[in-house]
Amino acid sequence: MTPVVLAKSVLLGVPLWLFVSSLLTFKPAWLKHLVSIAAGVAVALAMVTLIPTGILSYMTTFILMASIYGVLSLGLNVQWGYTGLFNIGIAAFFAIGAFTSALVTTVKPTGFNASFTQQAFGLGLPFWVGLLAAGLMAGVLAWLIGKPTLRLRDDYLAIATIGIAELVRLVFQNERWLANGPQPLRGIPQPASCLAGNGCSWLPGFVNDFFAPLTPRDYPFVYVAIVALVLYVVYRVLERAIRSPWGRVLRAVREEEASAAMNGKDVAAFRMQSFVVGAVIMGIGGALYAHYVVAIDYGHFDPLYGTFLIWVMLMLGGSGNNRGAILGAFVVWGIWSGTSFVVDLLRPTLAAISPDLPSRGPYIRFFLISLLMLFIVLYRPMGILREEKVVSLDRDLA
Amino acid sequence: MSDTNPVPGSLPRSTGTRSEAESPAAPPLLSIQGLVKDFGGLRAVNHCSFDVARGSITGLIGPNGAGKTTLFSLVSGFYRPDEGRVFLDGEDVTGLPSHLIFRKGLSRTFQIPREHKSMTVMENLMLVPKGQLGERFWNPVFRPGAVRAQERQLREKAREVLDFVELSHMADQPAGAMSGGQKKLLELARTLMADPKIVLLDEPGAGVNPTLMGKIREKIEQLNRERGITFLLIEHDMPLVMGLCDPVVVMNQGSKLVSGPPAVVRTDPRVLEAYLGGQYGALEG
Amino acid sequence: MRLRPGERFQRVIGSPIAMYVVLGLVLVALVIAAQVKGLSGNLLFSLFVRGVLLGGTLALGAVGVTLVFAVLKMANFAHGDLMTLGAYLGLIVVALLPKGAPLAPFSFGYEFLVAFLLVVPLVGLVAFGLDRVAFRPLRARRAQPIMFAMAALGLAFGIRSLVYIFWGADFTFYYSGRARPAVELFAGVRVRPDQLFILGLAVVLIVGVYLLLERTKIGKAMRATADNPDLARVSGIDTGRVILWTWLIGGGLAAAGGMLYGLDVQLRPEMGWWLLLPLFASVILGTIGNAYGAMAGAFVIGIVWQMSSAFINPAYGHGIAFLVMVLVLLVRPEGLFGKRR
Repeated sequence: MTPVVLAKSVLLGVPLWLFVSSLLTFKPAWLKHLVSIAAGVAVALAMVTLIPTGILSYMTTFILMASIYGVLSLGLNVQWGYTGLFNIGIAAFFAIGAFTSALVTTVKPTGFNASFTQQAFGLGLPFWVGLLAAGLMAGVLAWLIGKPTLRLRDDYLAIATIGIAELVRLVFQNERWLANGPQPLRGIPQPASCLAGNGCSWLPGFVNDFFAPLTPRDYPFVYVAIVALVLYVVYRVLERAIRSPWGRVLRAVREEEASAAMNGKDVAAFRMQSFVVGAVIMGIGGALYAHYVVAIDYGHFDPLYGTFLIWVMLMLGGSGNNRGAILGAFVVWGIWSGTSFVVDLLRPTLAAISPDLPSRGPYIRFFLISLLMLFIVLYRPMGILREEKVVSLDRDLA
Repeated sequence: MSDTNPVPGSLPRSTGTRSEAESPAAPPLLSIQGLVKDFGGLRAVNHCSFDVARGSITGLIGPNGAGKTTLFSLVSGFYRPDEGRVFLDGEDVTGLPSHLIFRKGLSRTFQIPREHKSMTVMENLMLVPKGQLGERFWNPVFRPGAVRAQERQLREKAREVLDFVELSHMADQPAGAMSGGQKKLLELARTLMADPKIVLLDEPGAGVNPTLMGKIREKIEQLNRERGITFLLIEHDMPLVMGLCDPVVVMNQGSKLVSGPPAVVRTDPRVLEAYLGGQYGALEG
Repeated sequence: MRLRPGERFQRVIGSPIAMYVVLGLVLVALVIAAQVKGLSGNLLFSLFVRGVLLGGTLALGAVGVTLVFAVLKMANFAHGDLMTLGAYLGLIVVALLPKGAPLAPFSFGYEFLVAFLLVVPLVGLVAFGLDRVAFRPLRARRAQPIMFAMAALGLAFGIRSLVYIFWGADFTFYYSGRARPAVELFAGVRVRPDQLFILGLAVVLIVGVYLLLERTKIGKAMRATADNPDLARVSGIDTGRVILWTWLIGGGLAAAGGMLYGLDVQLRPEMGWWLLLPLFASVILGTIGNAYGAMAGAFVIGIVWQMSSAFINPAYGHGIAFLVMVLVLLVRPEGLFGKRR
């Protein structure tokens, strides 16, 4: 067992630990976490030792991306799953979060570089400030768009969110001064990248020593732990909020709005709260994405990737169920990545049909995802995990 | 009531015990003044005015399409009136949204129960009370203890209410799985969770078997007697109305036709005429 | 009757007159802004004319959206992509036919007209077929409105993916490399002859829709179904036939709009998705479910869209349509011709 194996296992153990602990229900909590940490690290050790390096990195980035989409899917679940708000402009909040965090954490280039990368400002603040700012900006945007549309029929909200997503994308495409316009905004810092580099000054020496064998190429192992922690915190916060009177009112509003109003609930205010909370989570998801891919431009927030894929994830996993939302993200990201292999395998066949076809592989995958969406709507509208019937704070609160 | 807002040709009222509560010393709990509501050229409510005295069980009857349910919707803030005013406990509540009118102590049931189907009966009730800590997003996240304590109280209260309406055995069933009669009881139970001053019941007896009907009636009387809750109820079951309500208000074609004690109303020739052809027999029965 | 200040404000601001005033003010603001910026009235007027031309194409799409909404009570988010589909199917026909000379003064030849005649009914049938596959099962099980919207979204992205697969992501033209000179119409307003043809054809089709809705039996049945589906059913109207014709007309007009837009501007796989916002803005402005309102809305949106390009980056064109829509939703969500609830 080499030091590098140990270091990777500990990092990869974080998502596994959190996964196991959210499956276990027994008390006390410390014992539960002890068991799940042990299980998580053990599984991670086995994976790191047994699986070839290439495949292992692939699996790590898979967990990483699926977890980021899991955060986005959780945000949509608050809006659609629990409250019935029809947001087809996820990409807007996704993009705002990504660009906000990028602008907050990068440093505005000067001198020679400034002619390549233009941006309105660059605060050079830490990653977690970027996350919070991303959530805040997405929430403000949601409030602005919700104000005129939430009181109207569902279709109006839907078309208004499509509009805001297009508008946000247009702004980031055309305004060079804001975030480098059509060119990618580069150099977004990777949080704790020092852990897979020269060591972090803010960490005690023995921790740095432990992770010293990691090289910058192993950075996804660091980031997967961070993303998994964020996903877990979002999940726990939502579970608490949903299994409470707040969640109860949201479901009441969704099921029978008139009756909820007659029961003294300010329907408009609760719809707004749900819309904003969901958007904040989407904004955080956007920030997580930006810090992983390092360079972002408007093209990343196309309605296909930025909205549609997330809808398919939530619908497949099960709207109204937070675990379903995360499960859906993993399954659909799996299908998405898997079809990439299939299209790669079919490359010669496609090339034989038409020389243009192999380069259009992603669209074949999107066509399949569209079919999947239709299949879910027509044959399995409830998703894999159904909504849980009883929601109460008494039952499940660690 | 008609002292302030006389309706031409209304009958002289007999002075029963409840009618005394309508003297100027005790202002009406609910005052409806000249309400008008049009639906695309059709006038559903036409300058309707009457008062509901504090502590009364007032009946609202009238032939189908007289505008009774629309009137309820106007009073409870479900629709905005085109004209007229509604005063609740002396306060102008015209056109306020439903949730604010509810908070001022007015609770309303629907003719066709609108329960939250996939939520349990217990949850349907626990939803109702105002001032719940846990309805603020951050409280369950940062103060779960306080929220849980309050939830326990609410659950206790909901249990009492369920006992009262004899639905305790249904507590953990989804509300959508109940029978029509049980849903009517749930509607009543729902209003009790709110500690209302006045309850508007829209046909509490429709589609309910006679035994359950008797029970609902008993509950209404008990609540009125013991807790002083005022009731305004729409009902087509004439024996029920005549036995339970005093006074009775008759609506026809969107406005008040007559009001007074049941014995007077039932013999009024204009009331008989309004029902003629339609439900004359029902009134006699 | 006494009104609280808030109520009075709402009544004034919610009246149709207020809407016309707002639209008028927008126009005045544009003219004043032009003065300030020192733009010639001539340029502004040509943009106005171009807006009217664009409005004709938009109207073709908007009528379909609003008819489907009126009859089937669903927001069809796939409508823009039906336009894309029409445009690209037209491209196939144009490519397959032997090339003829341009029909002067227009830039297109007989192939485009043949394509138009073939594709319009074809897309109408495709729309009906998609309804059979995706929407009818949902109607049968009385699904929530949102399921219809999700299915429509699935279709929209499905159609777009197919266009990407067969034609790639680049933009293209019906007649690549053919010159399309503009001629002076009057008073310095320059338009391409194609655009006059497009507007003319759009107007013909709109008049056709008007005659169909007002004069024919199926048109009356459609309007009756839109007003009250249950009443229509019990009074012996064949709902299936009404649905068939709704999609034939809606899909056909979408294809026409898509082909004309492609002829005027260019063909892109995203064109339909981008047009979705102006379409819905037109529909909401002209009161959802009202066919004539949608046409009027389309012209207003087209004009505002084109005229705004004098002041801001033209790339924001469909963003402007979106802003107009938000304005309408704030002031009078039921649109110009709607009744206040």
